[in-house]
Formats: sequence, structure tokens, C-alpha cells
Amino acid sequence: MSVLNSIGEKLKSYRVPGYYTKFDHRWGMVIDLDRCNGCEACVTACYAENNLPVVGEKDCANSRAFSWLRVERYVEGEYPDVKVGFIPIMCHNCAKAPCETGCPVYATYHNQDGLNVQVYNRCVGTFTCATYCPYDVRRFNWRTYRPDKPLDEQLNPDVTVREMGVMEKCTFCIQRIRAGKDNAKDERRGVKDGEITPACAQSCPTGAITFGDLNDPQSMVSKLALSPRRYRLLEELNTDPSVIYLKRVAKDGSTGTGE
Amino acid sequence: MAQQEPESNNLTYKGVNEDVMGIITRSGLGYYLLTGAFALAAIGLFIMPWAYQIYLGQGVTGLNAPVFWGIYLVNFVFWVGIAHAGTLISAMLFITQTPWRRAIARGAETMTLFALVLVTLFIFIHMGRPWNFYWTFPYPNQRQLWTSFVSPITFDVFAIGTYTTSSIVFLYFGLIPDIAALSHTATGWRKALYETLSWGWRGTDAQWSVQAKACMFFSAFIMPLVVSVHSVVSWDFALSVVPGFSKTVFAPYFVTGALLSGFAGVLLMLSIMREVYPVMKKYVTNYHYDRIGVFVLVLSLTWSYLTLMEVATGLYANTSLEMEHLKFKLATPPYLQLFALMIFCNTVMPLVFIVRKVRPSRFGRFVVPVFVLTGMWLERYLIIPNSLSRKFLPWMWHDYAPTWVEASIAVGTLCGFIAMFMMFIKVFPIISLFEVKEDVGIPMRNGKRH
Repeated sequence: MSVLNSIGEKLKSYRVPGYYTKFDHRWGMVIDLDRCNGCEACVTACYAENNLPVVGEKDCANSRAFSWLRVERYVEGEYPDVKVGFIPIMCHNCAKAPCETGCPVYATYHNQDGLNVQVYNRCVGTFTCATYCPYDVRRFNWRTYRPDKPLDEQLNPDVTVREMGVMEKCTFCIQRIRAGKDNAKDERRGVKDGEITPACAQSCPTGAITFGDLNDPQSMVSKLALSPRRYRLLEELNTDPSVIYLKRVAKDGSTGTGE
Repeated sequence: MAQQEPESNNLTYKGVNEDVMGIITRSGLGYYLLTGAFALAAIGLFIMPWAYQIYLGQGVTGLNAPVFWGIYLVNFVFWVGIAHAGTLISAMLFITQTPWRRAIARGAETMTLFALVLVTLFIFIHMGRPWNFYWTFPYPNQRQLWTSFVSPITFDVFAIGTYTTSSIVFLYFGLIPDIAALSHTATGWRKALYETLSWGWRGTDAQWSVQAKACMFFSAFIMPLVVSVHSVVSWDFALSVVPGFSKTVFAPYFVTGALLSGFAGVLLMLSIMREVYPVMKKYVTNYHYDRIGVFVLVLSLTWSYLTLMEVATGLYANTSLEMEHLKFKLATPPYLQLFALMIFCNTVMPLVFIVRKVRPSRFGRFVVPVFVLTGMWLERYLIIPNSLSRKFLPWMWHDYAPTWVEASIAVGTLCGFIAMFMMFIKVFPIISLFEVKEDVGIPMRNGKRH
């Protein structure tokens, strides 16, 4: 009976909202929109790091661009009083992700690091996750994308090349998280703050993107997340995203509209 | 005031047998050529483009980043809807002992069966990797992989699976006495087939008792499915957070719409059958059209009310997301025109059935059901791809238009449906013999023996 009770307790704990706090990590990201100048270096780095196919003009016009990370541009006002806002959007790794409830085969699920992970091999391509995603960050392999020779030589060996018919999305560079955790384990210590950096954060020239563990109150992301400029995208949907934005500061010192 | 039930006195047991056998065997070369043409069209317009799509990937469709569900899902929902009338007629009206169901039940059940074939096909067609479809079933395997029971897609697998299985069993149970009766007069391969499939049915009291119990059991079993299956299908959409999908009214809305389109389908099918086989006019009479017309009218009014509620729910929510969705659906051409056409087809057109005389008229038999079916297809189109084109972040908004592959598969599967139906009625009785004979009465009473 005690075994059954322990299993019952464990299952119960999973149903508590915010259960991820009991895990080792909850990887999160803070994006300071005041520092973002829309240069799209993060997008380029993401393409290079994660073996994203470049699909060409026709598919891009058809809204099939493969960027896991995109920089949305919003223009406010009329010339000459124009304000242009940039907001980089990638998978928010929601703690209560709508996509996870949609998948019939657990191809997308929540792992112990608080990440929303995608299992390419398990995906059958029902499109449900992408339909349910409020941030439209999921990308589908509409066909088999093969890089032209000799570009296939530059593929990242740590990342799978996905096949046709499979859904994919930003992983917070899970291969780098794995490597960081493995190194820490080899040295018999925990992961240090700042030790793991995704490609987008690494390439950002203004340092707008900060990555770290939201469970660790001493980490850089946790401290930045306390900022009064903090907001989360579409928070009213109660998805509990792991990406936190810091609003822009306008010329007159007030915070901008952000979204 | 109610119209009299059809006069059955001029029918005899033998006459019923001969009429039904005539439908099965007596057809000109034209009929077979037409069946072959539909089958060829299904291969050319459905199988080949599908093979093309499987080979090249979903990129051949018009789907894009926000609109991941296109007219494959529209067709999926549409055909589930068509299947529903058969279930309602065979199960719910069976239990309530409604007399006019007897002559039309078999035809409606057959429609259900082949509509469900298309439903299953469309699930596979819309998948990115259809060859892995069996992963959606919970089966024990060495890798300890399981399915997610919180996913509405898994609900779908069970709902459609249960529905298809029970519909086939129900149809077959009803067929057993009929094909046994026909095996006496049939010749050639049909006789061998009937004798095999009737499992030695001799019409003893014990057999009839078992058969009646089985039909009653399956009616009771299928009856909840009339409501549950399309509710589950609606949850594919309603359980998401997408504006335009996330509405609690969806389950009754979808069920009503399904029954409306299903009854329109049955109406059209019976009308065409009557034109092709004038002998059916003895069995499917103006009385049946009157009853079906009432059903279509009531369902259309209910559907119109729920459509109003669906829009009102969005207006009442009054969030920028819902308003944007409604603006796109109700005020942007061409969807504005499509919405108006849908209202005309589903709300205005069936109103002609208020007039009793219209129900059995040529207009009521052919024109109204075609309009209702068009309207119901448009309803699904205006819900599924349309809601997805205006999701949350305006940067990602993108319109959707089906490509030739999607259009061709939609037409090809319809041809396949017609071809399967035409082949079915050449093998199995499309009128339920033993149920019609219940209307005829015991032969002795009329002094007629067969």
C-alpha cells in the first residue's frame, strides 16, 4: 500500500500548478526590449546553431519561414513621429503549455528542467500543438529540406536534422543545456549561473537576452525578473511562460507600450 | 391534420423481396460505367494526389505557419456530420419506435458507414507522417510509449474508433435476415456471398429474438454516440485557447450542425435513389419527405440560434482577440460573402419547409439539401482555417487558400464515397426487408401468400 500511496502522492504533486519548482531547474530567459535594436543576430545564430533550413523566397512569402526565433516589428504613429518596437519571440517554454495537452502521443511534453521539449521521432504530425500555440512559434517540416553542397558540412553535429512531416520549435538550445549539466556533473557540482548560454543570447551584441535558472533566486535572470519593467507576453492566457520581457523605456522616461 | 402513413396493403412479402432484388440486380450498362467512372475519378483525384502529398510532404498543401488546419480538417468534420443522421435514424428513432424510419434506415446507415470511411481517411490525409498513425493507439510496446489521454486528438481516436466499429456491427446485424431472405432468389456469386454472410440464418423464433435483442442493445449503445462523437470532434477546437475556437457552445453547435447536414445528406441520397430506381417510390413516400423536412426545419432553426450564440459569445467576451476574429469572419471579403451565403443556405433556405407542400416537392427534395450541405461545409471552413488566420500576434497573421492538391482530394474522396455507395447497393439491399415487412403485415391477414 505504501508504494501505491507514494505513487498517488507523486501524481497529486504533478497536478499542483507550478509543480516545476520542485525540479532542479526552471530554465528561463529575460529579454530587455530597451536594449533590442532589431539586428536579428539572434535569428542568424539560431539558424546556424540548430540546423534550421533556409527555405527560400517562395516559402517565406507563404509564411513557412523556418525561424524558431523571430524578431517582430511593430510601428506606432505616423511619420515623423514614428516609434518602431522590436520584440524577439521564440518558444516561451510555458509551464502550463497549451501545446502539451494537444499532442496525442507525448511528442511534446514537460521535462524535469521546466523545458517544453519536442521529441522529433515521436511526432506524427497532427498539427495540434502548432494550432494550440498562442505564440505561433512552432515550425513544421513541410518537405525534406536538404542543404546544398557544401553547406551540409556546416551542420551542427550536436543537433538532429529533422525529417519531413515533423513539428519542431525553439529548444532553448537544449544541446548546450545538456553539455553544461554534464560538465557540472563531471566536476561534481551544480550548474553555475551564466555557464549555459543559448546561441541567441551569446550572439546578441547589446546583451539584451539573458538566460538562466529561474528557480535560483541568486541567478541573473531571477534578479532581472524583479524589474518593474517586467511583463510576459499574452500572460492573460495563463500559460505561465518562461520568457520574461522588460519593457522599453521611451524618450520621456515612461515605459513604452511594450507589446 | 397529420398525413396518413403510406398504404402498405398493396405490398406483399414476395413483392418486397422482388423489388429489393430488382434494385440489386437490374441495372443497365450505364450504371456500371458510371460507377467505374466515379471509382476512376476517386483514384485519379484522390489516391494519386495523396500519394504525391505523402511523397513530397504537406508542403504541397496551402497550409502555413498560423493556419495548420485547412480543408482536410474541414472535410473531416463535414463527413463526421454526414455520418450522424444515419446513427440518429437507426438508433434514436429505433428506440422511439418511429415507424417512418424503417424504409430509410438502411440507406442512412450505409451513408454513415462510408462517411466514416472518409472520416478515417481524412485523419490520415491531414497527418504529417501518416505511416505512424498507429502510434495514436495505446498498445503495449517495448519502448513503454503511451498515448496522452488529455489530448482531444486521443479522444477523437477513441470516439471515431467506437463509432466506426459499432456502426459496422449495427449495419451488419440488420443485414443478416435480409441477405438470408435474398439468398433464396439470388444466383451466382451473390448467392454464395449471401449464404456465407447470413451465417445459417433460418428465421427461427430463437434467432429473431436474439436479433431483436442485439439490435435493441446496439441502438441503446449507439444512441449516446449521436451526441458524444461530434462533441468530441468539437473539442479538438474548443479545448484550445485560439480565439474563435475556444467556445463552450461548440459541442451542441457541432452536434446540431452535424445532424442538419446529415439529414440533408439523407434527403438528397433518397431523392437520387428514387430517381434512379422508381420502384423505391413505393417505400419512400411523400410521408417520409414530410417527416425529414420537419427534422431539417427544426435542426436548421436550432443551428441558427446556436450560430447567433456563437457570435454573441465572441461579442460578449469583448476582448481584442475575439473582436479581431469576428471582424475577419464577418466583415472581411470574401469571408463576409461566404458567411452571408452560409446563413442563406442554412437558415433562410430550410425555412421553405414550413410550407408542407414544399417538403415532398422537387425543390425540397433536390435544391434545399444541396444548399444545406454547401452551407454546412462553409460553416466548418469559416470556423477552422478562418480562426487560425487571425490568432494572437498580428505579425504572424496569414491567410490560407487551398491548393489544387487539397481541392482535388476533397473532390476525389466525394467521388470515392459515391462509387462505394453505388457498389454497395449492387450487393446489399438498400431497403431493410424485414423492417418493411413489419409494415406489410402478416400475409395471411390479407389473404395473400407468397
